[in-house]
Amino acid sequence: MLADKDRIFTNLYGTQDWGIDAAMKRGDWDGTKELLGKGKDWIISEMKESGLRGRGGAGFPTGLKWSFMPKETDGRPSYLVVNADEGEPGTCKDRDLMRHDPHKLIEGCLIAGFAMNAVAAYIYIRGEFYREAEVLDAAIDEARAKGFLGKNACGSGYDFDVFVHRGAGAYICGEETALIESLEGKKGQPRLKPPFPANVGVWGCPTTVNNVESIAVAPTILRRGASWFSGLGRPNNTGTKVFCISGHVNNPCNVEEEMGIPLKELIEKHAGGVRGGWDNLLAVIPGGSSVPVLPKEICDTILMDFDSLRDVQSGLGTAAVIVMDKSTDIVKAIARLSEFYKHESCGQCTPCREGTGWMWRVMERLVEGRADKEEIDMLLDVTKQIEGHTICALGDAAAWPIQGLMRHFRHEVEARIDSYHAKAAE
Amino acid sequence: MSETAITAFSWSEENEKKAQYHIAKYPEGRQQSAVMPLLDIAQRQNGGHVTIEIMEYIADYLDMPAIKVQEVATFYTMYNHKPVGKHHVQVCGTTPCWLRGSDDIMSACKKRLGISKGETTEDGMFTLSEVECAGACVNAPAVAINDDYFEDLTPETMTALLDKLAKGEDVKPGPQIDRQTSGPAGGLTTLKDFDAKEAE
Repeated sequence: MLADKDRIFTNLYGTQDWGIDAAMKRGDWDGTKELLGKGKDWIISEMKESGLRGRGGAGFPTGLKWSFMPKETDGRPSYLVVNADEGEPGTCKDRDLMRHDPHKLIEGCLIAGFAMNAVAAYIYIRGEFYREAEVLDAAIDEARAKGFLGKNACGSGYDFDVFVHRGAGAYICGEETALIESLEGKKGQPRLKPPFPANVGVWGCPTTVNNVESIAVAPTILRRGASWFSGLGRPNNTGTKVFCISGHVNNPCNVEEEMGIPLKELIEKHAGGVRGGWDNLLAVIPGGSSVPVLPKEICDTILMDFDSLRDVQSGLGTAAVIVMDKSTDIVKAIARLSEFYKHESCGQCTPCREGTGWMWRVMERLVEGRADKEEIDMLLDVTKQIEGHTICALGDAAAWPIQGLMRHFRHEVEARIDSYHAKAAE
Repeated sequence: MSETAITAFSWSEENEKKAQYHIAKYPEGRQQSAVMPLLDIAQRQNGGHVTIEIMEYIADYLDMPAIKVQEVATFYTMYNHKPVGKHHVQVCGTTPCWLRGSDDIMSACKKRLGISKGETTEDGMFTLSEVECAGACVNAPAVAINDDYFEDLTPETMTALLDKLAKGEDVKPGPQIDRQTSGPAGGLTTLKDFDAKEAE
């Protein structure tokens, strides 16, 4: 188990004050000026060395992403945008980072923004997190009052500010180009790429969009060194990660653990085990609603990191572990996710707009078993017609849970169809 | 003036300041970025919902086409287009909450309030909605009431919460069971004796 001394988010549960004095005692804003003094290249190279992969779901190397920003300005300012539009079902980690440890994020904004020559950071927080936005705003004010932000931030000679932008209830705004549209005061409909945000982002300017956790871990990585971070976890899957364990466990919780921790250990050590014991486990969605579900036999041994979960045709995603015990109607559980994606499709691309509703309606019939078995393959075929055929990944995200269900629980769906027809024949 | 003339919307003195505060966050000429916060402020000033007239006012205020404001106001779910009750009860029904009994929470709300999803009580006190993932999954089932989250609910605690709100009593947001925010209910498994000084 990860030692407390290697935990980054030492106020994850809000047992201490979030304010700047307490945060500084926890080590935030310590030597920030010196870190900036080491230069942009050093910061980006340390981030690359640390092996940090983006914590918002896709797992793209953070340092590499920062390096895509223009080194010289062509007259346009650059911006850092923090994706705090946390809404992937199962995921509730960024909420804790913002309400209990906001200064880690704000200091991270300054360091990341400096490294990519940004003039400001905008934290796009989901509208429902009203109290969390209040904390962030207050924490930013504290940092300004201390001279850590604003003109000559931390005495570095660099001017930088951080602003909070509240969303208003749209999952799609967690997609980086939809988020940028929304930040510009428009409907949150994703943009075609290219151009990529690093060339043309918010207000037509170079922009990098990073997840809250990716930015918030940066100051600690730089202070403790890339080798400390990369020494945790496994190669290509380094560091610590905040996991969210929800569903049928005795004690659902968020917890920061080492990447690559076995799923079973994660659940048993921190979440009090599966309700009714490990053998009562049916399935786990290991990385938020978008990633395919895994049956118990895989959960017995799987490690929680990007590569291990990819190898079993699932994903680490946001590391939101949704646990389902044997009492679960697994078809209904996935159908409810289909309803979620139908609700959240932005309506821009036809395969997603029409397909999410179509898939949900079939899934609802499969919950009852009111279908023919051939329809399972037809449904899978439709998921393939949606996947990869839309501007953004919401279509893929809607397709994958159904594909995962049929990969591992097709027998359950077929049994249900049989039972429905048997009853109808009576 | 005809009887149908509506009272013109304009910022209260305080909200005018708030509007300017938000506009100032964005670069010069990019005031359209403030449309979301301004709609939110206007909705609060108007008692919980926005109207076409408000959208037109904001369009003028931000020097943008009214249709663009309407697009935004109808795209995002948090802008209401008809009056909502004093307490907007938003029950999360997505899978992580559903696994932990959100159906029972919704039933408890319907029973206590005597209304269905999407309806408002006759006294204008409560509106009941189902929302998609609230982002409080390890504290499921969760319900948002206006700006606050109420977590780890049971049908009993949900009903008691609504009783208190109906009587105008104070309620405590956050977990409704004994636990430290998102920490495990059985007691913390990490950071138990964490002392900031030791970390230095």
